[in-house]
Amino acid sequence: MMTVFLILFPLLVAVLLFAVRPAQAKLLALIAAVIEFIASLVVAFNFNALGGTQFGLDTPWMTSLGLNFAVGMDGISLLLVLLTTFLVPFIILSSFNHTYDKPSTFYGLILVMQMALIGVFVAQDGLLFYLFWEVALIPIYFICLIWGGENRGWITFKFFVYTLGGSLIMLTGLIYLYLHTPGSHTFAISALYEAGRSLSAIEQSVIFWTMFVAFAIKMPVFPFHTWQPDTYTVAPVQGTMLLSGIMLKMGIYGLIRWLIPVVPLGVQQWGMTAVILSVIGIIYGSCIALVQKDAKRLVAYSSIAHVGLIAAGLMTLNPLGVQGAMVQMLSHGILVVAMFFIVDILENRLKTRALDSMGGVRNVAPVFATTFVVVMLGSVALPLTSGFVGEFLLINSIFQYHPVLGAVAGLTIILGAVYMLIMFQKAMSGEVTATTSGFADLTLHEKWVLYPIAGLVILIGVYPKPLLSISEDAVQALLQSVSNATAVAPL
Amino acid sequence: MNAILILSGLGVASLVAEFTNLRRWLSVVIVLGLISAVVLTIKDWNASHRFYNDMVVFDNFALAFSVLITIIGLLWFWSSAEYFLQKEARTDRAALALFAMVGSIVMTSFNNMAMLFLGIEILSISLYAMAGLRRDLNSTEAAFKYLLMGSFATGFLLFGIALVYGATGLFHVDAIAEYVSANSATLPGFFYIGVVLMLAGLAFKISAVPFHFWAPDVYTGAPTTVTAFMATIVKIAAIASFVRVFTVAFASVQTTWIIILEIITLLTLILPNLMAAYQDSVKRMLAYSSVGHVGFILLAMISAPASSNSTILYYLTAYAVASIGSFGILIILEKETPDLTIQRFKGLFAKSPLLAIGMTVALLSLAGIPPLAGFFAKYAVLVQALSGGNTGLVIAAVLASLVGVYYYFRVIIAMFLKGDDEKPVSVTTLHQILTVLLIILTLGLGLFPDGILKLF
Repeated sequence: MMTVFLILFPLLVAVLLFAVRPAQAKLLALIAAVIEFIASLVVAFNFNALGGTQFGLDTPWMTSLGLNFAVGMDGISLLLVLLTTFLVPFIILSSFNHTYDKPSTFYGLILVMQMALIGVFVAQDGLLFYLFWEVALIPIYFICLIWGGENRGWITFKFFVYTLGGSLIMLTGLIYLYLHTPGSHTFAISALYEAGRSLSAIEQSVIFWTMFVAFAIKMPVFPFHTWQPDTYTVAPVQGTMLLSGIMLKMGIYGLIRWLIPVVPLGVQQWGMTAVILSVIGIIYGSCIALVQKDAKRLVAYSSIAHVGLIAAGLMTLNPLGVQGAMVQMLSHGILVVAMFFIVDILENRLKTRALDSMGGVRNVAPVFATTFVVVMLGSVALPLTSGFVGEFLLINSIFQYHPVLGAVAGLTIILGAVYMLIMFQKAMSGEVTATTSGFADLTLHEKWVLYPIAGLVILIGVYPKPLLSISEDAVQALLQSVSNATAVAPL
Repeated sequence: MNAILILSGLGVASLVAEFTNLRRWLSVVIVLGLISAVVLTIKDWNASHRFYNDMVVFDNFALAFSVLITIIGLLWFWSSAEYFLQKEARTDRAALALFAMVGSIVMTSFNNMAMLFLGIEILSISLYAMAGLRRDLNSTEAAFKYLLMGSFATGFLLFGIALVYGATGLFHVDAIAEYVSANSATLPGFFYIGVVLMLAGLAFKISAVPFHFWAPDVYTGAPTTVTAFMATIVKIAAIASFVRVFTVAFASVQTTWIIILEIITLLTLILPNLMAAYQDSVKRMLAYSSVGHVGFILLAMISAPASSNSTILYYLTAYAVASIGSFGILIILEKETPDLTIQRFKGLFAKSPLLAIGMTVALLSLAGIPPLAGFFAKYAVLVQALSGGNTGLVIAAVLASLVGVYYYFRVIIAMFLKGDDEKPVSVTTLHQILTVLLIILTLGLGLFPDGILKLF
């Protein structure tokens, strides 16, 4: 029941916001998000790390279409649900220095988005997963379309068509699996696993690509990334945070839950290709980030690099890599939200995102500079920050998979340090200029966003064990079942 | 049958109201009459009634489509309430629409080819007059074109009926079905010509490519309320009769018509969607898109001729609700200025959020975006087609709906961008309630599709 509450509560509040349009929409949304976070903490404390899928519910919904409302959480789901419920309050809080037109619609859409994201992470039925996956697209699309920047009509449409096209391809793959389930077909996750594993290697390869393309577009992995920088740049900053902080994790989660266990032979066949594409993405994203003049675009490209590393480590199917992906998903989620917020603070006060016209902010806003340093160090994966734990595990796993690829992927640490330091140097160091001299330090609610995140970055870096232990058992079970399936299957 | 009687009575009552000075009561009477028709039809569920020597049969198929026609009729009267408040020819309009609905219900419940012909003619003659009601050049052109093309199609249909009668000596649909399956070896060649001619005649009526060319012009030229009527009620009736003729009467000679129908389906999926993408007038775009949706319905039908009735009914329901929604908003906008290009929609969200959201939901449903009804309709069709082995047509359908996303989103994007002025659009309370109701219906049908999908 707790799972259902986590899904329905944000939706109810959103409907309330749409219908009543209260003057204090912001505050109401924030309270709702905090309640949601507390509820997810309750779930986390009652969670048994060795207990498999928990807090489940399975009840028929659209029987004519084979759809059951089946939800439940294992360690992997729980970590992502926690990430979502943790970040949404900060995303809402970060909007307190903006005044958006039609605020109740804005915050309502954010909450609808939260509902859909949690739904994606807990769905245990193929069609239900697809529905939540698609429903997540609609609020973020309208957030970007209504409150976005210059030229948003076509940029957001490109984003929409890209992701919709990917999902349609995934849907055909899911229907194909559905039609191969025994009896009067069903979308139940176990039946789909069984159906997928019973397919021949060639069929599994086809299914692999139908699913992989959808997930790769969402993350995005090179060469499916072309929608991403423009969309991140044009979206209002809360939209960018939702996209990069949480929505991107839908793609990675999709790989873990709906690709690797479903078609193990397909993964065996094409895993290498996926790893290579991801590694290309790391280098490509980093190199473009190096030459960006626009701070928001720089962070957007750095996100391509980070996500490439996660995907590469995951597709090695090494336990280290999968666990590393879990930690790095959390770490990247909070870091990228903080990073976009920092860029937003800069843009808000200086009315520009061009790095060349900034400089010297450190001298007038020391508190801001300090938090920026912490977030930046997390981003470049300095030891004792959250970024280090994940990146270390990921690069280690890629190195074990293939030393050359590992070495190339390892460049991300160097390149990441370079572009982050360039950004910090251009924005913060140097002499105070005419534009930056009036730069005010952090306001109270900005501190409320950045302090907890900065604290968490260090906390995870120093003591990552509790997080690792939540998902450890689920990851082991997943890899075990995959290796069983590939061992028995005729080659 | 009750529905036919009530609707005919209402039609006559509207005519009488003109000279007995009861005009202002007319709307109330029509609404109550339609509601009672819905209730009485639903009460007959599972009790198959036959009338006039089996010429009309109200089985579950006929009942379900009649209920749909009546409910959509009710929503249509609601959405065009203002059209009926204009002084000029108010009662005639109502009477024509009601008689057209009688024709539609006959087209869902016929068991005799003569009744099919009668139904089509009752519907068409009323519509010829409705299309020309505005008495300007476009409206007259639409009416005249519709009349010419309609007569042409009816000619094909009659000729086909005559040939089938010549070969079998029968008019009754179920008797033809029995005769054909029993004597399939000895049927003369002209029987098959008859089947193909009937296919062509009915394809005109459902506006399937390549028999669709009248549709965009007629839809654009006719008054928008009448277009909404043609795009919903007329289409439901035509599809119902098409399904009845081919999946009952000619089920056992499927091999003669299925290949032709596959080609027609492919063309209907691709051409109108491509054409719609080039339209600047939203009304014309919707006209083309309504032709495109016929392709999906035909795809369901050819994939599983015997078991696709509930899918078709669901698709038509989803489509009709969204169409009433989108045309209803065109009707409101048209009141201020007749310009219905995409430019006109710019900034609508700022001017009138409710209208913009209503239009968005309707268009998203037509585009097939979950969790709205249109998605589940398309999804049910695609699953049926895939399990029927029509992979090629499924690919065409998926591509067609991606093109659909493009042209529907042109309107949606325009509505949410900044417009030139922020002058609010005046909307009556009646229409506001309707818009909210249609949004809820579109969502509700999507979230709970079992009610319709498990009917048959």
